[in-house]
Amino acid sequence: MESILLRARGIPNSRDIETYLAAGGWEGFKKALTMPPEAVIQEVIDSELRGRGGAGFPTGKKWSFVPKDHPGPKYLICNADESEPGTFKDRELLEYDPQMVLEGIAIASYAIGANTAYIYIRGEFFRWARILEEAIAQAKAKGFLGKDILNSGYHLEVWVHRGAGAYICGEETALIESLEGKRGFPRLKPPFPAVVGVFGKPTVVNNVETLACLPHILTRGAKWFASIGRPKNTGPKLFCVSGHVNRPGVYELPLGVSFKEIIFEHAGGIRNGRKLKAFFPGGSSAPVLTAQEVDVLADFDSCAAAGTMLGSGGVIVMDETVNMVEVARNLAHFYAHESCGQCTPCREGSDWCLDILNRLTSGLGHPSDPDQLLRICQYASQGMTICPLGDAFSLPISSLVKKFRKEFDDAVAQAKPIPPKKLPVMPWSGKDVRFGGV
Amino acid sequence: MSTAPILAKTPEELTEVRFDQTMEEKIAEILQRYPTKRAAMLPVLWLCQERYGWISPGVIEAVAARLGESPAFVEGVVSFYTMFHRTPPARYVLQLCVTLSCELCGAKTLAQHIKNRLGIGFGEKTQDGTFQLVGVECLGACGGAPVLQVNEDYYENMTVEKLDKLLSELAEGK
Repeated sequence: MESILLRARGIPNSRDIETYLAAGGWEGFKKALTMPPEAVIQEVIDSELRGRGGAGFPTGKKWSFVPKDHPGPKYLICNADESEPGTFKDRELLEYDPQMVLEGIAIASYAIGANTAYIYIRGEFFRWARILEEAIAQAKAKGFLGKDILNSGYHLEVWVHRGAGAYICGEETALIESLEGKRGFPRLKPPFPAVVGVFGKPTVVNNVETLACLPHILTRGAKWFASIGRPKNTGPKLFCVSGHVNRPGVYELPLGVSFKEIIFEHAGGIRNGRKLKAFFPGGSSAPVLTAQEVDVLADFDSCAAAGTMLGSGGVIVMDETVNMVEVARNLAHFYAHESCGQCTPCREGSDWCLDILNRLTSGLGHPSDPDQLLRICQYASQGMTICPLGDAFSLPISSLVKKFRKEFDDAVAQAKPIPPKKLPVMPWSGKDVRFGGV
Repeated sequence: MSTAPILAKTPEELTEVRFDQTMEEKIAEILQRYPTKRAAMLPVLWLCQERYGWISPGVIEAVAARLGESPAFVEGVVSFYTMFHRTPPARYVLQLCVTLSCELCGAKTLAQHIKNRLGIGFGEKTQDGTFQLVGVECLGACGGAPVLQVNEDYYENMTVEKLDKLLSELAEGK
């Protein structure tokens, strides 16, 4: 496939606006300005572009929920709070082609009628926040942002807003709370952000990669975009491959290639001549797939049919030497740390899972532990929490227990006998055992 | 050497913070980006951390007064986000990613090596205040696992050899 989103990778001075203009940059936005906003939305609906942040919701449809006759301001937010474990695609886009992202922001803002856009970027990305500031200054100097853009009468200001280290702020309503200057607690939906979003105004939150697709849809047409990939799963997608592969990195491929192709052809197969054991297909929040399931196609609907999700396209590959109980503990540590603490099932459930898994990996397991994990996960998912973080830890951990039950039972079998249990989940009082007590 | 050290003010210097004109100008510039004062919270806290090195109780009071919030509210926000230092940090904060891809690719060895070389575990500081080790969750650079962030900079595909070289360079750059 030709390079679309990553076409600038490897080109000298790719971030410079002159390089971007020479490659036909900002033409999509110029075209959009000649169209009524409704026509831009229709074009994106026709392209069948689905959100690249994880949920895969149709982008055009999301925009169409914004009330047309709303009198006050509306906002567009670019979600660059990339923090799903295994995902590093947005950083790649910002590194090589920030102008493409800005053009996407301008197109989306015009379509929904927003005059202010915020780029919420994760706090750790100091370098990429500076890159964005510079890109905005360049675009402003050329008249693509600011007041009365290209004499169209349309205004747009874009601001970079830095987060400060909270995974949950990648969830759109938590992001909105955080942008408003508060703790990043997700909000109940409805009302959806498209109706009541940031500062109480209609707001659309789109992922960096979603926005980067827009200039291409406008210049080359919805039909062209829809011809890439598979029906209802259209367009190019950035797949981030990490873990035990020979060539980890970001690969741009049409939606609907198989994970086999991604792992073995593009990422060069498993390191050190070992065998594939399992992989997370879409970031660590997606249920794990085993080596036998490697022929599953990497698109939203195929992944859903296989009982998992494409998520953000972060493929984490594990070879045959990996112990799945260790993997579950690593993930439990992540989610227990990142749970915002609002909802009891998620706050306590993730901590209980970590307690159990810390004990299991320390040789202190109890025979009821694997089933207890499944029980906790059952009650923390299925809509028991305000946001999907409950599902985000429940689904991978329960899938690990179900698909690799033997390893969990073995951990129990090797355990020292512990005193009779007084509580369903015995608290773990030891130190974090993850890094050998470092 | 590329990574700039953090120059943290002492707690005594930050008991009663008053923003000078440079700070006031920057805050005014931030405020015009948002329709509410409260939305300037994170940018202003970042500004303070860049200026003073950490967010002391005195800084919290000053930010609260400037943005028209209670100190308790600001405290609540600061404590939610992991990147705000709530005690004076070392000159170089070694933020080792401990999430899945990095653990698969050898972050454990790096943690052990730092402990052997500097004598500090997660959450600890060297006595001379040069290094501090923090275990952080996914840094979003899994393709370059294992990843170490030092202050603002990412160091990817780390090995024990590269780590040794980096630590020596940073220590000499005092």
